[in-house]
Amino acid sequence: MYNKGTIIPGLIIFVLIVMSPVLYNGLKAGSVPKPEPPPGGEKQCVLPVSEMRDKHMQLLNEWRDEVLRDDERVTVVADGKQYRKGLQLACMQCHTNKEKFCDSCHEYASVKPYCWDCHLTPAQQKAALKKETH
Amino acid sequence: MAVPKLEQLSKSVVQGPSLATGAIPTRDWMDIPVVFKEGNFAYPAKKEKVEYLNSQKGLHFPNAREWSPEHDDWKLPENWKEIILAGLKERLEKFRSLKIFMDCCVRCGACADKCHFFLGTGDPKNMPVLRAELLRSVYRNDFTLAGKIMGRMAGAREMTVGVLKEWFMYSYQCTECRRCSVFCPYGIDTAEVTMMIRELLHLVGVGINWILEPASNSNRTGNHMGLQPHTFKDNVDFLADDIENLTGIRVNHSFNRKGAEVLFITPSADVFAEPGLYTAMGYLLLFEAIGLDYTWSTYASEGGNFGLFTNNELMKKLNAKMYAEAKRLGVKYIIGGECGHMWRVLHQYMDTMNGPADFLETPVSSITGTRFTNAASTKMVHISEFTADLIKHGKIKLDKSRNSHVKATYHDSCNPARAMGLMDEPRYILDHVVDWVEMPENTIREQTFCCGSGTGLNTDEIMELRMRAGLPRANAVKYVHDKKGVNMLSCVCAIDRATLTSLMNYWNPDVRVCGVSELVGNALVIDGETRGDLDDGLRTML
Amino acid sequence: MKYAFSFLVVIVLIVVAGLGSQIQGMQYVFGVALPYLAILVFAGGFIYRVVQWAKSPVPFPIQTTCGQAASLDFIKQNKLECPNTTSEVVARMILEIVTFRSLFRNTKSEIHEGPQLTYESSKWLWVFSLMFHYSFLLIIIRHMRLFLDPAPFWMAWIEFGDGIFQVGAPNAYITDATILMAIVYLFGRRIINRHVKYISLINDFFPLVLIFGIACTGILMRYFLRTDVDILAIKRLAVGLVTFSPVIGVKIGAIFYIHLFLVSTLLIYFPFSKLMHMGGVFLSPTRNLKNNSRAVRHINPWNPDIKPHSYAGYEDEFREFMVDAGIPVEKELPVEKG
Repeated sequence: MYNKGTIIPGLIIFVLIVMSPVLYNGLKAGSVPKPEPPPGGEKQCVLPVSEMRDKHMQLLNEWRDEVLRDDERVTVVADGKQYRKGLQLACMQCHTNKEKFCDSCHEYASVKPYCWDCHLTPAQQKAALKKETH
Repeated sequence: MAVPKLEQLSKSVVQGPSLATGAIPTRDWMDIPVVFKEGNFAYPAKKEKVEYLNSQKGLHFPNAREWSPEHDDWKLPENWKEIILAGLKERLEKFRSLKIFMDCCVRCGACADKCHFFLGTGDPKNMPVLRAELLRSVYRNDFTLAGKIMGRMAGAREMTVGVLKEWFMYSYQCTECRRCSVFCPYGIDTAEVTMMIRELLHLVGVGINWILEPASNSNRTGNHMGLQPHTFKDNVDFLADDIENLTGIRVNHSFNRKGAEVLFITPSADVFAEPGLYTAMGYLLLFEAIGLDYTWSTYASEGGNFGLFTNNELMKKLNAKMYAEAKRLGVKYIIGGECGHMWRVLHQYMDTMNGPADFLETPVSSITGTRFTNAASTKMVHISEFTADLIKHGKIKLDKSRNSHVKATYHDSCNPARAMGLMDEPRYILDHVVDWVEMPENTIREQTFCCGSGTGLNTDEIMELRMRAGLPRANAVKYVHDKKGVNMLSCVCAIDRATLTSLMNYWNPDVRVCGVSELVGNALVIDGETRGDLDDGLRTML
Repeated sequence: MKYAFSFLVVIVLIVVAGLGSQIQGMQYVFGVALPYLAILVFAGGFIYRVVQWAKSPVPFPIQTTCGQAASLDFIKQNKLECPNTTSEVVARMILEIVTFRSLFRNTKSEIHEGPQLTYESSKWLWVFSLMFHYSFLLIIIRHMRLFLDPAPFWMAWIEFGDGIFQVGAPNAYITDATILMAIVYLFGRRIINRHVKYISLINDFFPLVLIFGIACTGILMRYFLRTDVDILAIKRLAVGLVTFSPVIGVKIGAIFYIHLFLVSTLLIYFPFSKLMHMGGVFLSPTRNLKNNSRAVRHINPWNPDIKPHSYAGYEDEFREFMVDAGIPVEKELPVEKG
């Protein structure tokens, strides 16, 4: 009794599981997204680009805690420029397009930050203002 | 060696420095050699028994000689190591179980305190995992890449005479009861490992007499006891006389009768020694009560199969007699008596080894009409299945009060429980014949504890070991004896009937041992009987 | 000693990857060549081992019956513990593999004065084993977000569920905590529990320490050592690997290469170790066979041709006694010549 009938299908399933990423992608490495630089042409941020890329989520989290929990609303100064602590107050002032800036990478990396549970994008903000004035 | 006094041993198992009581050996187990001394080993097989077996067609029992485990020189063949390693290779190719069990153990330790030998001796090498490591370490060394490269660091070690001696010691401190395999997350069965080690040891002439002598008797005379046909018949006739004296019923039994409907085979111990005798009287009475057309056989007069404790070839050769005799006598099917390892062979090996038994018919009880479809291929029915069916259909009259001197409990024998799944049939019978209670839940059914002397270890020279290994079982019996007044330990195993008797005499002297069929015999009401007041059932002395 | 050695080996591996990956050009060795080699050895080795097992037959039906068998119609069968049909066996195997049913039975025995033996249910090993294996499984599935482009929609659910406490940014994963707890338990019992302590080998400590190293480097990379951990670059490499066009665009931190190197080591180690229990559990004959061996004949391909000591031989030896005792014989005794 060798159970070929179950062992061979079992091994095929094993290979399929191991190969699943290959099969899923179909040998096509999609292009890596390039987040849109600030439409206004700003060249400077609170931290160098590479650090922002690696650690922006931690910075935002710190700001959130400082502002909301500790009421430390002091501004941040970088290269002589003042920034207020906040996603909408600082980041989105330059990076005005959430879809083209935030989402492009987050979607690629399958990250769903919960920033937007509370915050509004500039576009949403505009729409909301419009509604109020009517 | 004399068995220590009860007080001494009771103290020793609790306080003695052992892994079971909390002491951890300071040396790695690989560095602790085995020491044989009178009392810790079963005597080696007699030269003439080994020679006899080796002379039988299909069997291989080489290197017959006089030797003793106590001597340094075991007189192994010169190329013993090659023989062992070649034997191991052959078995790896024959048994997938061996390969899986060698490769998959993660040493989680779930089995460690499940073994009755470990609980009773506290010897680390009696933890099932370590017993298997004794073989696994050699397997790693010679059959795995990691072991070949890393050696001892990967848990590998070379096969040496010391290792061989260790194998002998610990493969004969395992009763192949399979309790560990119930708890193992991969179902690793130490019984398989022990069987393989014992097979390997036989390749170089290392075996014990208590197994090989009954096995050779069984081959020649048909039964372990070496009873010749006329003696076997005399013994059964004697039981029939006893029955007549006690009940006034003259049972109608026959031997080697052609054309009977059923061949009945039970362990020969049942017709030879107390308390099995009473179980055999129970069979005789039952078959008489229902008028079964059956015959005993003197040629296939052994249900048990000590071949199971040696190698699969001998197991097959001894077992083959059953079908051969059934065919010669032209019976329709076979009923098997109460026995543990016998039923492991019948349930898991017989049909594969010696079937198909197409000259027999699917068993149908001529009394109830029940078709035993679960035995459709082997054509062999367990006496408990047969009896439970009779009771269910109201075909026998039972008077429970005839067992009023008995407060019973039930011991699940290892093999029927864990290699067959026969648990509720005997309980169903007990419900109808006797007042009985269960032992604590972690000691019954699939978690049952071995009698401590199975697989051919029921020999007197290792009595202390047996009393230690049987302690978990005895202790559970003591519990129901103390709390519920149990005075009878019933079981469906001939080895149990012998070994549990010694065990009870030692640990719980107020508890006796019986087969379930004895209790049936006690309770049976048969037309025409002139039974007086039997205050000890079939055991009553007149 | 054994665990110290395991730690030493893992530390050496970390140093090798940490320093090695900083050498110009070696990024491709640690980031591309080794992972490819590792997955090949893993898959190839795994299949090889299973095929090696499968080459040996299962000669006898040796199920361990852990409950009442199917027998008479008024005796209730325990279908899960003593399966009799293929579907019952499948159910038993699923429970065994998915819920570690046998381990759930675990008891702890103690010997007290008297002597008195007691057995109590002991589920800790079961709890932490489940915790370990399921954390590991979820972590592996979670990592697929880096290999699959676009990541499937349900990936987000796993991410959300695993980070549901929304602690910190990036969100702390529950499985990161549970796998560490489980490793600490499994490791701890190997040095504290006297039974397990005595039987443990380097083979037992090393994989635990290695997986501990993998989990720690992963956690460090995600929460603490984020410098040069650009998820875009990492995903680009990961997707590149599984589409056979790997590119290492920008500099990636050493912690990433260390993590990857430890994972590669685990994959290479896997087929040669006890970790093969992952495949073996499916093949264990005491669990995956039907208990119908009296109803259906199981075939042994190497069944040797062995005949019993024949009846004729038996009767020849004992004929006189048999005739005397009135037992029927096949051949009568020769008539004595006067």
